[in-house]
Amino acid sequence: MIPRHLLISVAALLLVVVSMGVYLRHMRLQAGELESAEAIALPVAPPPSGPTETVTLYVADDAVGRLTARSAQIPLPEGRQQRAEELLRALLRIYQQPGAAHPMAPAADIRSIYLVAPGAAVIDLNAAFADQHRSGILSEQLTVDSLVETMAANVPGILRVNILVEGKMRDTLAGHADLSESFDVPTVEQAGSQ
Amino acid sequence: MPPLTTNQPLTSKTLTKKITAILLAAVTFLAAAPSAPPTDEKRISVYSPVAFYALPVLERGGREYVGLLELLEPLGRVSSQSDSRRWRLRYNSIDGEFLAGNTRIRIHGRDFDLVAPFLLENSRGLVPLSSLSTLLPRFLGAPVNFRESARRLFVGDVGTQISFQLDAGNPPRLMLNFSAAVNPTISTEPGRLRMVFKRDPVLSPGSQSISFDNKIITQANYSENNGDAELDVAASQPLMASFSSNRRTIIVAAVPQAVAANAPVATPGAAPQNPAPAAPSPSTATIAPNNNSNNNSNNVHRILAVVDPAHGGDERGAALTDKLAEKDVTLGFARLLRHELEIRGFAVTLLRDADTSSTFDQRAASANVARAEIYISLHAASQGAGARVYTALLPVEGTNNGAFHAWNAVQAPALPISRIVSAAIVAELQKKEFPAAESSASLRPLNNVFMPAVAVELAPGSNGVADLTSANYQQRAASAIADALVSIRDRLGAQP
Repeated sequence: MIPRHLLISVAALLLVVVSMGVYLRHMRLQAGELESAEAIALPVAPPPSGPTETVTLYVADDAVGRLTARSAQIPLPEGRQQRAEELLRALLRIYQQPGAAHPMAPAADIRSIYLVAPGAAVIDLNAAFADQHRSGILSEQLTVDSLVETMAANVPGILRVNILVEGKMRDTLAGHADLSESFDVPTVEQAGSQ
Repeated sequence: MPPLTTNQPLTSKTLTKKITAILLAAVTFLAAAPSAPPTDEKRISVYSPVAFYALPVLERGGREYVGLLELLEPLGRVSSQSDSRRWRLRYNSIDGEFLAGNTRIRIHGRDFDLVAPFLLENSRGLVPLSSLSTLLPRFLGAPVNFRESARRLFVGDVGTQISFQLDAGNPPRLMLNFSAAVNPTISTEPGRLRMVFKRDPVLSPGSQSISFDNKIITQANYSENNGDAELDVAASQPLMASFSSNRRTIIVAAVPQAVAANAPVATPGAAPQNPAPAAPSPSTATIAPNNNSNNNSNNVHRILAVVDPAHGGDERGAALTDKLAEKDVTLGFARLLRHELEIRGFAVTLLRDADTSSTFDQRAASANVARAEIYISLHAASQGAGARVYTALLPVEGTNNGAFHAWNAVQAPALPISRIVSAAIVAELQKKEFPAAESSASLRPLNNVFMPAVAVELAPGSNGVADLTSANYQQRAASAIADALVSIRDRLGAQP
């Protein structure tokens, strides 16, 4: 005959095993919920607030190899720097749409823009912008021209633009367009009008 | 007799038809409605010692208005606060107080009246243009000169003077001397050369129209409109323009008829000059036709061409397909181009003839040390079509500081000839029915070499990316480039 204390021990152990199983299942469900919550691309910052304004975006088209001036209505915040950032983000959204004439990676973003007096602007891109950019002289130069001309057309007084990636100098955007020097706005505009 | 109108019940079928008709009409209207191009907008140009910029002008109640915050922002530290109808602006240490719908304003504790009411739209303060002459000096503490009809605002002591000097030689030349470097957009049409100064504070020469005692170059007219200044030169023959004196002089000359087929872009006798980049490229039309592409004569100076297959080694360049790297296409293309150039009498050096890598500086140094007469960088891309020829994107004002040149602008003196080379290559490619275009790019090491330099980016043809490895396709492109260099051989030999 099996001793009574042994039966009680086995029953207790079985209870512990079943409880652990139930707890494990509960934890897995919780982890799954957290993952699906992360998968939904919730904004981490509030959307730009402010009156809607008409701006001119210089949009690149790889097929024709040129920029086209396009009017757009976008909400712009009050600060000059924040306005510039929203402006370029509006430009990026065009490039991130399916079937865009100058496609860019969905993760590409503008980290920040610094307006440093007098007449100089620094655009800080995120790593995905450069790392996932298509390589080629035409494609890269159109991106640079598009950023520079859009900034110059909507932020008065910008004469020179520097481009950084993750806050650091980078030799080229994706192997071609040289980012080590400032872009002179009149030169870029004149090259674009040729 | 039936009634003239009947109110029939609206069935779902007729309702659907009506909605469809309304939607169709709306779509047709939207498609037909012309979208106003941004360039047609009214704007005001502001010229100051610290910045040149343009702002949109808004029409409200039949008057022209501009945002005051935007107007002052590039000139100093500005902040604003709005509270219901009241709007406060601080420029440096000067405070202004405005009331929406009111003409009375207060600046630095003193009242004065605008010519029309101040407007507040979405916390944005708008002031009438007509009041800028009296309003701005109170904030800026400096005199302003506002040409209201042309919407050009000069803050402080800025302004570029023009003077005219006609050289009645053959062909006649009109020298436009400016007190500072200028950067106009230049266009030509029969009997007229038009220069539009969008960013330069060019002032009226005094008279709006200046006549010259010359049968070819007859008149120059100055006008101002919508923030721009414009100078038109009238002539009885086609004109071309070139820059000299670090862009302080524009030389307008009649295109010599007798030498139009092979004339250089730059006007002889005035050095150094840059062809006006905004003008329709005269070099494309004036390149001599290639009639000696197979001339292998040894009595001419053998021009040294440096051909640079871009990328190499670990630096693969663009991934043209999953397996095809740009570095491999450029090397094959470079070898073909070397062959095409050598059979036309050129000496050729390849900067790499294997899968090796070099830095931009090493490539530029190799070309400079070789004292080559032309540098050609070869690239390939999966986007675009045909070929695109690039010259260096360098600042328009130039960086010529006497005998010294910054490393990043070594190309500047050779840039005019580089553009001629680029135009010649595009012309030859098009002659061979190869889609081609020219452009400028911030592409190293183009700006680090002192000889004429171009980059050619080969893109797919009608067969897609497969063309990039097609010997026939590459052969056509290489042959066109070589023919183009033959057609301007004299210009390459004559470089400084």
